[in-house]
Amino acid sequence: MTALKTVVRVGIADMNVVKSPDCIRTSGLGSCVGVVLYDEVRKIAGLLHVMLPDSKLGKSDQLNVAKFADTGIYALMEALKAEGARPMSLKAKIAGGAQMFQFGSNDTIRIGPRNVEAVKNELKRLSIPIVGEDTGGSSGRTIEFDPETSKLNIRTVNAGTKDI
Amino acid sequence: MSSDNQITDMHLDVLKEIGNIGAAHAATSLSQLLDRKIEMLVPNVRLVSFDEMFELAGGPEKIVAGIFLRIEGDLSGSMFFVLPIESANEFIQRMIGDPSFDFGANPIPEMGVSAMQELGNILSGSYLSSLSDFTKLNIYPTVPSLSVDMVGAIVSFGLIEVSHYSDEVIVIDTRINEDNEDGSSSVDGHFFLLPDPPSYITIFRSLGVM
Repeated sequence: MTALKTVVRVGIADMNVVKSPDCIRTSGLGSCVGVVLYDEVRKIAGLLHVMLPDSKLGKSDQLNVAKFADTGIYALMEALKAEGARPMSLKAKIAGGAQMFQFGSNDTIRIGPRNVEAVKNELKRLSIPIVGEDTGGSSGRTIEFDPETSKLNIRTVNAGTKDI
Repeated sequence: MSSDNQITDMHLDVLKEIGNIGAAHAATSLSQLLDRKIEMLVPNVRLVSFDEMFELAGGPEKIVAGIFLRIEGDLSGSMFFVLPIESANEFIQRMIGDPSFDFGANPIPEMGVSAMQELGNILSGSYLSSLSDFTKLNIYPTVPSLSVDMVGAIVSFGLIEVSHYSDEVIVIDTRINEDNEDGSSSVDGHFFLLPDPPSYITIFRSLGVM
């Protein structure tokens, strides 16, 4: 029996979880970072589209956990556990964190690298190894992860397409 | 965000007027620069989610030439002039008199990049100086910067500031069209003005509606 394959789309400052044969995708990452956590054996994957490094930067009463690296990665790990992934066998692939423009206020201009750094710190804290990474540069990225093959496909406008 | 609660239709109408005045001046500058009739549509002022913001500009994966600048001074915010790559090619081909120019080339010829940045300078300058006259606020634009890439990657950069406060943004969106001689219209460019949330009240106060 062949199951129908759908591609689940994740918006900005959002996250979701899929099981094979479904794939998961987010479009137009600039300074944002796409974080994929997956369980290779159970073939479950989650994708988070991080916009800001730290939830302490939030000035709103309502906290959207998926917007920040620190709160989002933890929430994604919990969502994967709830779907049957084993926390000890989770691995990560990350992409994004580009610098799209060459000016701005000092804080904003470095938002891409700061996001990447915050994502790495949080993954380290949770002992989740990063097995693939395509970060930095000055190109936007659209990424799609297939839990069946554990491959992350990365498409750019100016710098080609690749799998990590 | 507490200021949202007090924003009424009247306030949105005031912002619409800002878009009207700003973009009308910018469209006039663009017409003169290209010696073509450029038309501006009635601005659209909406409170939208970030994903909806990308849809306004053609969807997160659409490839565009985007000029971005920050506004500083009495009010702060981000401004974009976004053109589909085909339209940007046409504009710049005309400006520099080189019909082979293409933003899809890698690297992009320097001449075209400078021309596009100059276009951004002129358009944002006329948009913002009329906005400044209208509101009597001091507004300083940063130097515009150009990126040719996906809408999501470009526009999200202007949402970073807003995202500290909210998951929604007030966008003043003015579309421009070019009238062709056969009566059809082409070019689907957008001016997006995204005031930072603390500036909403500054704008309303300056116009006496808060």
